[in-house]
Amino acid sequence: MLSKMTIHQLHKLLIKKEVSPKEIVEDLFNRIENVEEKVKAYITLTRELALEEAKVAEKKIIQNEFTPLTGIPLAVKDNMCTKGIRTTCASKILENFVPPYDATAVKLLKQAGAVILGKTNMDEFAMGSSTENSAMHITHNPWKLDCVPGGSSGGSAAAVAADECICALGSDTGGSIRQPASFCGVVGLKPTYGVVSRFGLVAFASSLDQIGPLSKDVTDAAILLSIIAQHDHSDSTSAPIEKQDYAKALKDGIRGMRIGVPKEYFIEGLDKEVAEIVKGGIEIMASSGTEIIDISLPHTEYAVTAYYIIAPSEASSNLARYDGVKYGLREDTKELIDMYCKSRSSGFGDEVKRRIMLGTYALSAGYYEAYYKKASQVRTLIKQDFLEAFKVCDIIVTPVSPTPAFKIGEKIDDPLKMYLSDIFTNPINLAGLPGISLPCGFSKDGLPIGMQLIGPYFSEKTLLKAAYNLEQALGTHYQRPSFD
Amino acid sequence: MKITKAEVLHVAKLARLSFSEKEIELFTHQLNQTLLYMEKLNELETSGVKPTYHALELTNVFRMDEVKTSLNKEKTLANAPKKDKDMVVVPRVI
Repeated sequence: MLSKMTIHQLHKLLIKKEVSPKEIVEDLFNRIENVEEKVKAYITLTRELALEEAKVAEKKIIQNEFTPLTGIPLAVKDNMCTKGIRTTCASKILENFVPPYDATAVKLLKQAGAVILGKTNMDEFAMGSSTENSAMHITHNPWKLDCVPGGSSGGSAAAVAADECICALGSDTGGSIRQPASFCGVVGLKPTYGVVSRFGLVAFASSLDQIGPLSKDVTDAAILLSIIAQHDHSDSTSAPIEKQDYAKALKDGIRGMRIGVPKEYFIEGLDKEVAEIVKGGIEIMASSGTEIIDISLPHTEYAVTAYYIIAPSEASSNLARYDGVKYGLREDTKELIDMYCKSRSSGFGDEVKRRIMLGTYALSAGYYEAYYKKASQVRTLIKQDFLEAFKVCDIIVTPVSPTPAFKIGEKIDDPLKMYLSDIFTNPINLAGLPGISLPCGFSKDGLPIGMQLIGPYFSEKTLLKAAYNLEQALGTHYQRPSFD
Repeated sequence: MKITKAEVLHVAKLARLSFSEKEIELFTHQLNQTLLYMEKLNELETSGVKPTYHALELTNVFRMDEVKTSLNKEKTLANAPKKDKDMVVVPRVI
């Protein structure tokens, strides 16, 4: 089945003309028809457009004008603008929003000849860790349908795991690519802040948001990153980097690499199976000739708190634009101020409202110093911890999430409990570092467990190389759920 | 109590959100729980620590002041809930 293949496997078949883009797209839609009812990974499917894009890709291949992504069907999280295709952010307030332009990352995918299958489900405005906060529907974990796929890029992770796309784009503000990747047994990469343009990504917390790939293996993540990582004048926070081939050095060895293991990530409350599996991964790295070094990141325990002040503060400001005036849901009223209040109150879901309230409070007169400023100072301490650690090691290895995927409904009524599930991913966004989640093993219940590799700024090549080596040694990347 | 019901109502007004009585009770409770947890930051002495507002220290990004093409009016207004010719219509302000 073509839908089960990776980008690099399909690319080989495409350039030998053993298979056509149209055949791949049709196979994907057959797969979607068979399993989507159970998984519910997508908000919008764009079959007709995909078939048209497949035709264009076919021509390009015949003319020998192709990239590694030409004719490859992929899915895009529904918070990235797609010209002419509804972009909802899984929110009622944007339910009928059709962007007049493409996000830069989407534009680059299209230019490379990729085929977009549809837009994936997520927590509303990317706020959540389970995709249960979607105003559209709940997405199910393909490995165990009564479990969450993680979040907020839960739709993208589930679609990759269920072979409903070859790969996908997600976005990560506090772990939203890495945690669902871990829960669904796929690879998820959050690049260094600024490596992928945020232009056209609906803003949640602008100093933390970053787009990245979710894929079936590390090679695919590197291929996708090579296409979307590019400096962009439309995003003033875009890093001034050169376009490069991240897949090139994957196979170089990791002998001599220094692997840091921070004691603050192996604490009470960390699920025993998760701890065992991650430690197993570290042992495998050790046997590949790396040097394992015990390190300390002393401010780790403060990261969630700082994150849940900074991210909602930025969100409260970013989401002020949803006022019912120029686009989005509007409730008709006689007074302008009532229109703002009613449109926002009926358009936003509870978690979005909670974060807007928390952020507005943290930024309001009299509280700014105690909350927002304090959290931003703690952010400095967290960043310094990492800079110190990278003086003695090349990459850092940790768990992604303290537990495997939890049950649907288990945490949704307790916001604080849900926030604490981000404890190992939040610090990386606060520091702006790159992090990758790699499938590492399975719990006794058959749920995937991931491992997080963190690198210094702009070290994506080293990070991907380390992940590739570990992936080859583990062999877990060929396992797929068997729910169908 | 970190935050009272009256303060929650004030914040709601600032955020242009309205809530039912039941929602206000729930939000006051949940915000209190979250804010109590955030007390944890006070364990850290941070006087003299420079705040980080951005991970990369990029400073002013300049470009030439050149005219570039932008979206036309029709496309820009396509998503407006109410419009009249080239304008967005809103309730009377004065």
